[in-house]
Amino acid sequence: MATVLSDQGAMTLAATNGLWLSADDAERATGWVLKPEGMCRDDVCVPLPVREGRVDAAAFWRLLDRPVVSDAAGETWVLGAGAAQRNAALAGLMAPDFTLPDLAGTPHTLSSLRGKQVFLCTWASW
Amino acid sequence: MWQQLFDGLKNEEFMIVAIAEESRGADHARQWIEQAAAQYWCLIDTEHRVADLYGMVNVPQAVWIDAAGRIVRPPENAGSTDHFRLMDRTTRTLAPEHQAARLAARTAYLDAVRDWVLTGRHALPADAATGRMPRVTPEIALAQAHFRLGVWLRRHGNAAEGDAHLAEASRLHPDSWNMWRQAADLDAVGNASGEAFWQRVQALGERPYYPAPEL
Repeated sequence: MATVLSDQGAMTLAATNGLWLSADDAERATGWVLKPEGMCRDDVCVPLPVREGRVDAAAFWRLLDRPVVSDAAGETWVLGAGAAQRNAALAGLMAPDFTLPDLAGTPHTLSSLRGKQVFLCTWASW
Repeated sequence: MWQQLFDGLKNEEFMIVAIAEESRGADHARQWIEQAAAQYWCLIDTEHRVADLYGMVNVPQAVWIDAAGRIVRPPENAGSTDHFRLMDRTTRTLAPEHQAARLAARTAYLDAVRDWVLTGRHALPADAATGRMPRVTPEIALAQAHFRLGVWLRRHGNAAEGDAHLAEASRLHPDSWNMWRQAADLDAVGNASGEAFWQRVQALGERPYYPAPEL
């Protein structure tokens, strides 16, 4: 089993040989869908070797030029956002959406405030 | 200070979303949120996801978002000043004139937020907003991944390896005070403003710790 942290969230998946995942798990971890043409999202497909129905999600992520880091044991993986991805989102000026909990653990989603002006600010105890 | 701003704008279609960049979790933010008696959203961001998404590097930083969900002011220092660098560190005091200047800058920023909500002033046109947007480099993107892994490993009992990833994040993204100070705080509460912090601030030389917002 491996824990994968990505823009899709944090999840525990049955990985083998590093981060080889079933098609379903690869989709959960990356948001991309395995099709005969390769891993696909919207109109884009990236060819990728498939072995016994599994793909190497880490290799796929590197093909996209996005950061992959893992712990020494290969149990926890981060499939990070690429610089181009973040810059494109910011250049479009639409506020990147997120969902985070309040003190009671209740989740709140930024985009649910559409219709209001929002002052989004950060702070920390440190 | 944000509750006062919120109080004055209760009749407007306006919300404050205050994000605690707090990898130790909600309990470390609780006393401040309860003390503020906040009626706006106070959210806990253990992985510094908002800083990652918006390219933020310090606290407090703010983004202004219009009713259509568009950024009209990219991340900027939310009215803090560098006067703390003039503080007498043995007595932890600041000269009255510096205290006054600090307060004036903060007030001016909050006044600008209020002005924006009531009149639309200070919202930047799209090209100016785009021009002020932070640029995410491949090093920064990689730093974010190391930071997220470091926080995760620390929270799951693997401090030594977690710290190595947090250190790598700061090496890759030296401009992020958030990453460096959060890592110091995870090491020991209080370390984020310890001797190493002051040395790092001193190393800025003429560069500001809190660049003044260009209103």
